[in-house]
Amino acid sequence: MSRVMSELRNDLRGLRRYFGHVWCHLRKDLRLEWRSRDSVVGMLFFALLVVIIFSLAFDPTAAVSREIAGGILWVALLFASFTALNQSWTREQRNRVLDAQRMSPAPASALFLGKALANLIFVALIEVVLSPLFIVFYNLHALGEGWMLAIVMPLGTWALVCNGTFFAAMSLRTRNRELLLPLIMVPISIPALLGMMQATTAILTGESDPAIWIRLLVAYNIAFTTVCLLLFETVLSAE
Amino acid sequence: MRHTRIYRAVGICWVVLTLAALVYATRLALVVAPTEATMGNVQRIFYYHVPTSMLSLLFPYVNFVASVFYLGWRRRDPLRAMAADAVAISAAEVTVVFSSLSLLTGMLWGRAAWGIWWTWDARLTSMLLLWLLYVSYLMLRKLSATGQTQTLAAVLSVFAAIDVPIVFMSIRWWRTQHPAPVFFGGQDSGIDPSMMPAFGWNVLGWAMWGVFLLAFRYALERRRQEREQEAALKSIEGSLEIAQ
Repeated sequence: MSRVMSELRNDLRGLRRYFGHVWCHLRKDLRLEWRSRDSVVGMLFFALLVVIIFSLAFDPTAAVSREIAGGILWVALLFASFTALNQSWTREQRNRVLDAQRMSPAPASALFLGKALANLIFVALIEVVLSPLFIVFYNLHALGEGWMLAIVMPLGTWALVCNGTFFAAMSLRTRNRELLLPLIMVPISIPALLGMMQATTAILTGESDPAIWIRLLVAYNIAFTTVCLLLFETVLSAE
Repeated sequence: MRHTRIYRAVGICWVVLTLAALVYATRLALVVAPTEATMGNVQRIFYYHVPTSMLSLLFPYVNFVASVFYLGWRRRDPLRAMAADAVAISAAEVTVVFSSLSLLTGMLWGRAAWGIWWTWDARLTSMLLLWLLYVSYLMLRKLSATGQTQTLAAVLSVFAAIDVPIVFMSIRWWRTQHPAPVFFGGQDSGIDPSMMPAFGWNVLGWAMWGVFLLAFRYALERRRQEREQEAALKSIEGSLEIAQ
């Protein structure tokens, strides 16, 4: 009995150390962003431009905008997140920090998780600022249960950011980094994109039940977060 | 040297057999098989569309298994890992060939049978996404830096393998004009026994062709790898000479 307890305590200590590393990486990324504010400002302005261009292109009425707003919101966020995802790893390349990260005994997946969480916070910030603008430009009010957006948004954002951070790390040392990231990220993310767009549209129009899409997003997030954590070490040390 | 000669003989025999099977299958499909009751001669594209679709679902597994072996052998047995990687890239290219054929024959058939080239139906969309996944795999191989291409491609292949079931589920929920599966789809499914030989021979012929493409591409990739290694070795030797 005491052995089981001591093992459990060891496991807990290991877990705490792991999340200590994650927290360290997260804090570093947040501080870097706070000092420059490059990616958040860039992302925000880019998303705003996409929203305005779609509004000009379709000139939607209130009923039509309910149908298309879910899709446009996520497309805007997807495009915007490409800009931030590339930058988040370029920072690590300066002064060869990434090589130091590779040699450090800290688990590589902690680096990944810290960075993915930082990117989650950045994209969530964009959503917070963009949503009111979106509602104004598209005359939106949800006909379904609006509170469910509070579930769909974080799930969708994590689906974008988790795979995005991973693929950005993959395309880091390639010749055409900016080009490669969307080329590999979008095909893999299509089920998640479909899920978040359908769920958001279902909530805004109130015509169908978003539950099935939320379940899809949960399953997608669980599956891909696991694979990302397991394979990140391989990608980081791929040479 | 002796082995090369044996491989070449086997390869040539295989090509001859494949061509013979395809010629026979084409005769069965276009001449011997009975004309279908409602669609008429248009239905004959079935003998090409279904086998290529089946095969385009098979080769991704080859790619995935080879990629997993690559990841496992990468550190322990680099030489074998390179062979696994050659299988992986060959299988990915063959997948793109077959899924393109499946999409193209499907479009032709759709135009004749439904009056439209394309519809966002569950099966069509899933096949298109499969095509997109493997094209993106080839893009990654083309654009990534030498030295890490194999590892990154293997990782992407694992991602694609996990993505495929999710894609199939999600698309099914999204849309469900494509007919129910012809085989194993319940009581009224299946084709008339008189159509079976044409279908069977086409599956065999195209499968043999696919295996040939895979093997040919594999041999090509192995040669490329060998040449790359020789060049690397030479450059190392050259640098040693300068040092002395």
